[in-house]
Amino acid sequence: MHTQTITELAAALRVGTFSSVELTHHYLERIERLDPRLNAFITVVADTALEAAEQADARLRRNTGGPLTGIPIAHKDIFCTRGIRTSCGSRMLDNFVAPYDAGLVERLQAAGAVVLGKTNMDEFAMGSSNETSFYGPAHNPWALNSVPGGSSGGSAAAVAARLCAAATGTDTGGSIRQPAAMCGITGIKPTYGRVSRYGMIAFASSLDQGGPMTRSAADAALLLQAMAGFDPRDSTCVDRAVPDYTASLGEDLHGLRIGLPKEYFGAGLDPGVARSVEQAIAELEGLGAVVREISLPNSPLSVPTYYVVAPAECSSNLARYDGVRFGHRCTEPQDLEDLYKRSRTEGFGAEVKRRIMIGTYVLSAGYYDAYYLKAQRLRHLISEDFRRAFAEVEVIMGPTAPTPAFELGAKTGDPVSMYLSDIYTIAANLAGLPAMSIPVAPVEGKPVGLQIVSDYFTEARLLNIAHRLQQATDWHLATPEGFA
Amino acid sequence: MSLDRSDVEKIAHLARLAVNAEEVTAYTRDLSEILDLVAQMNNLDTGGVEPMAHPLHMAQRLRADDVTETDQRELFQSIAPLTERGLYLVPKVID
Repeated sequence: MHTQTITELAAALRVGTFSSVELTHHYLERIERLDPRLNAFITVVADTALEAAEQADARLRRNTGGPLTGIPIAHKDIFCTRGIRTSCGSRMLDNFVAPYDAGLVERLQAAGAVVLGKTNMDEFAMGSSNETSFYGPAHNPWALNSVPGGSSGGSAAAVAARLCAAATGTDTGGSIRQPAAMCGITGIKPTYGRVSRYGMIAFASSLDQGGPMTRSAADAALLLQAMAGFDPRDSTCVDRAVPDYTASLGEDLHGLRIGLPKEYFGAGLDPGVARSVEQAIAELEGLGAVVREISLPNSPLSVPTYYVVAPAECSSNLARYDGVRFGHRCTEPQDLEDLYKRSRTEGFGAEVKRRIMIGTYVLSAGYYDAYYLKAQRLRHLISEDFRRAFAEVEVIMGPTAPTPAFELGAKTGDPVSMYLSDIYTIAANLAGLPAMSIPVAPVEGKPVGLQIVSDYFTEARLLNIAHRLQQATDWHLATPEGFA
Repeated sequence: MSLDRSDVEKIAHLARLAVNAEEVTAYTRDLSEILDLVAQMNNLDTGGVEPMAHPLHMAQRLRADDVTETDQRELFQSIAPLTERGLYLVPKVID
């Protein structure tokens, strides 16, 4: 059952080849047996999953279900789930049982999806390897001594190892696309504002966006269909009609203009990754696409810009964790300042503290113009690069990450080297553009991702291109040994 | 851009984080390296460039000033560390 795509599972559920309860039992059994190797889940909710599966079966019998009804999925532990611990990978929220559901969680529940549990992640989504999690790192199913990428590392590992049919993730600087690339799955970061951020624990509010992590582009289309749409409870969610993502999957690619930014193929890119990406682009040319070199001249400044904007917003968002209303509280505080300081110091891990301090510094009196305002000006220039490029080409392609998955511990002592693993993904967040990663030819047994970026609200185009490539190739079908 | 130990101690206090002497050494090194990375921003003159406030250049949406929420105090306080008679308890602030 776990080898099938969501489309196949939905068809089997509809004709009664198996029930959602049977399918849910099957995935729960796989999680119990295989997840000890991966640590992809922080929390598994077998009882509520089986209850939801029974309700889904009832809907399916009444013929009132949709394509996700009865499909077992997992949520990144950044999405609030009512009555279920929502830790955000942090000791700070280890005891936090969310009192409400995130907008995205509500939508997938309304579509009938069954939630198996909550997946591991870098603490407060700050990290590129899942190693900053309070619950220990998740492992890459393709190479257990390697990272799954991050921050949505648990979701990526769980989908790649077939421990759930699909999962949700969030992407602030590459946190859906980079782990998708490293685990050999499909992930899409929608346009900023396409998916509700209500109940998605905030890291950097002007960059954060939720999206699906799946086995194929067709599955991603089904999930995004259910996730996307207006939510008045998120003040930056965009009130705009959601197109039918599945309907356009099969559109022809003849004449598709692909831009390859020369800045994405320079120094620092692993030669094997470059070859895999070029091979995939050659396949697309075979399908009728036309390729040309373009330039995104300001893109080298996206990492420095991001490490002002994201920490600044993080320091502001994480000021709410004060040990008073929810989350970790230190024992026997001497006074109010001691309560704040010790609760925060005990509750947050090293990387979160680093980013809070950077953010505090760049926003402190006298430094605002030199850092935050400067970064916001650069952000304008970085998004102007894309605007000019999209006048010439329809999509921009390149590698998702500069290397395949690195070994656990390889970069933990060097924050700046870790930050550079998001060098190709960050610009899309700064500009608010939709971007996707899909698996291409592996390098030495490790997955590689092709990144596709397109203009605002053209997720349908991304899914269409990814789907056509996946119909013509079989890279996305590969399964890690031991998880078949 | 290099920070010294007193900068890090001041920043930690502003962020309401406690750092011991050993941690100050590590944070001084790490934060200085991050700020060196950030300093690459100065390679480009941005005079006359408008700061980007929103990826889609949209204005903040406002809603009518209506009561839309119901009272959920008990639910929200059920996950609070310390409450009494509907109030959150903290150490004494005013003598």
